Amino acid sequence: MLQDKDRIFLNLYGQDDWGLEGARRRGIWDNTKDLVALGREEIIQRIKDSQLRGRGGAGFPAGLKWSFMPKENDGRPHYLVINADESEPGSCKDREILRNDPHMLLEGCVIAGFAMGAHRAFIYIRGEYWEPLRNLEAAILQAREAGLLGEDACGSGWAFDIEVSRGAGAYICGEETALLESLEGKKGQPRLKPPFPAAVGVYGCPTTVTNVETVAVAPAILRRGVEWWTGLGRPNNTGTKIFSISGCVNQPCNVEEEMGIPMKELIEKHAGGVRGGWENLQAVVPGGSSVPCLPEPICSTMLMDFDSLREAKSGLGTAAVIVIDKSVDIVEAITRFSHFYMHESCGQCTPCREGTGWMYRVMKRLVKGEAEIDEIDTLLDVTYQVEGHTICALGDAAAWPIQGLIRHFRPELEKRIASYRQMMQAAE
Amino acid sequence: MRVLKTTSYDAPRTDGFAFTAENKAKADAYRARYPEGREASAVLWLLYLAQEQNDGWVSNDAIEYVAAELGMAPIRVYEVASFYTMFNLRPVGRYLVQVCRTTSCWMRGSDAITKACLEEAGTASLGEVSDDGVFSVVEVECLGACCNAPMFQVNDRNYFEDLTPESARAVMAKLRAGEEVKPGSQSGRAGSEPQDGAKTLLHLAQSPAPAGEGA
Repeated sequence: MLQDKDRIFLNLYGQDDWGLEGARRRGIWDNTKDLVALGREEIIQRIKDSQLRGRGGAGFPAGLKWSFMPKENDGRPHYLVINADESEPGSCKDREILRNDPHMLLEGCVIAGFAMGAHRAFIYIRGEYWEPLRNLEAAILQAREAGLLGEDACGSGWAFDIEVSRGAGAYICGEETALLESLEGKKGQPRLKPPFPAAVGVYGCPTTVTNVETVAVAPAILRRGVEWWTGLGRPNNTGTKIFSISGCVNQPCNVEEEMGIPMKELIEKHAGGVRGGWENLQAVVPGGSSVPCLPEPICSTMLMDFDSLREAKSGLGTAAVIVIDKSVDIVEAITRFSHFYMHESCGQCTPCREGTGWMYRVMKRLVKGEAEIDEIDTLLDVTYQVEGHTICALGDAAAWPIQGLIRHFRPELEKRIASYRQMMQAAE
Repeated sequence: MRVLKTTSYDAPRTDGFAFTAENKAKADAYRARYPEGREASAVLWLLYLAQEQNDGWVSNDAIEYVAAELGMAPIRVYEVASFYTMFNLRPVGRYLVQVCRTTSCWMRGSDAITKACLEEAGTASLGEVSDDGVFSVVEVECLGACCNAPMFQVNDRNYFEDLTPESARAVMAKLRAGEEVKPGSQSGRAGSEPQDGAKTLLHLAQSPAPAGEGA
């Protein structure tokens, strides 16, 4: 288990003051000027060496992403955009950073912004996060007043300021190009890539979009050292991570743990175990609604990191661990995800707009067993027709939970169809 | 005044709309957050202001007003208002109770919460405004408080978390009576630590802290 001394998010539960005074007590804004003084290349190199991977779901190497920004300024301003549109079902980690420790994010923005040659950051926060929005905006005012943001941010000589934009309830705006569209005041419909945001982002300018947690941990990595960070977790899956454990556990909670912690240990040590004991576990969705579920036998030995979960044909995603026990109708649980994706499809690409609704309607029938046996394969086939055939990954995200269900719970679906048929025959 | 194309989603009209002086000042401040010529970026902020001033929903007149304020075509603002679910294009109750229905909340009893909320509101179906105009109850997709499930949000503001049917009704009863009601966890948690108390960050847990003295 990770020791408190290695934890970065010291006010995860909001027990301490979230404001500037509390933040300073926790070591935030301590020597920010010195960190900036490392220089652009050195900061990016150290983030690369730390093997930090993006915490927003895809796990893209953060240092590499930061290095995509043009080295020379061609006259267009550079922008850092923070994706605080946390909406993946199961995820509630960024909310805790935003409301309980907003200065961690702000300090990270100064470092990351400087490393990208940006003088301005936008934080795009999901519209429903009212309390986090309030704290974040207040924290920005505090930071400006203290000279941590502004013409000479932290006394570093680098001009840097941060503005907040508020979303309005569209999951799709967590997709980076949809977020940029929304930031420009449009419907949040994803853009075709290329061009990638690092070349043409917000207002046509070089932009990097990155998750709250990724940026919030960057100053700690620079401060405590790359070796400390890489000493935690496993190669290529380094450091600490906030896990959100929800669903059928005795004590749902957020907790910062070491990457690669065994799933069973995570659930039993921190979340009070599965309701009714580990034997009562049916399945776990290990990384937010988009990733395929894993049945109990796999969960018993699973490690919680990007590569281990990918090998098991699932994913770490946002590390939102949704626990499903045997009392839950797993088909209905996954159908709720299908409803979610139908509701959140932006409607731009036909396979997703039509496919998400189609998949939901079939899933709804499967809950009752009101289907033919060969419809399971038809459904599976449709998921593969949606996956990879849309501009953004929402189509994939809608397909994967169903693929996971069919992969691991096909007998359950078949049983349901058989018993529904029997029931209907008995009624005749 | 230009009339927008009428669809089944079309927002009803109010008799004109204009920001109060206070909201006008706020709108100017929001516009100033973005580079010159990029005022459209403030459209969501202005729609929130309009919705708040217009009793919780956005009328066609409000949409046209916001468009004029930002130099946008009304249809562009209409597109935005109808795309984002937090804008209501129909009148709603003074308190719009939005119960999260997605899997993490559902597994912890969100169906029972929705039922209790409908009973407390005295409405028969989702989206219906109660006769006294105080409540409408809807189900929404994941609100990102999964470790504090089940939960609901009221208007575009506070979350009420760790609900039971009883505590959900109690929150609504207080809202109806105009009494103060504490947002956040209704089961006594500070945030998303385990219900029995934090198992990590114990040095903080043991010293009662000055909570939230930021602004």
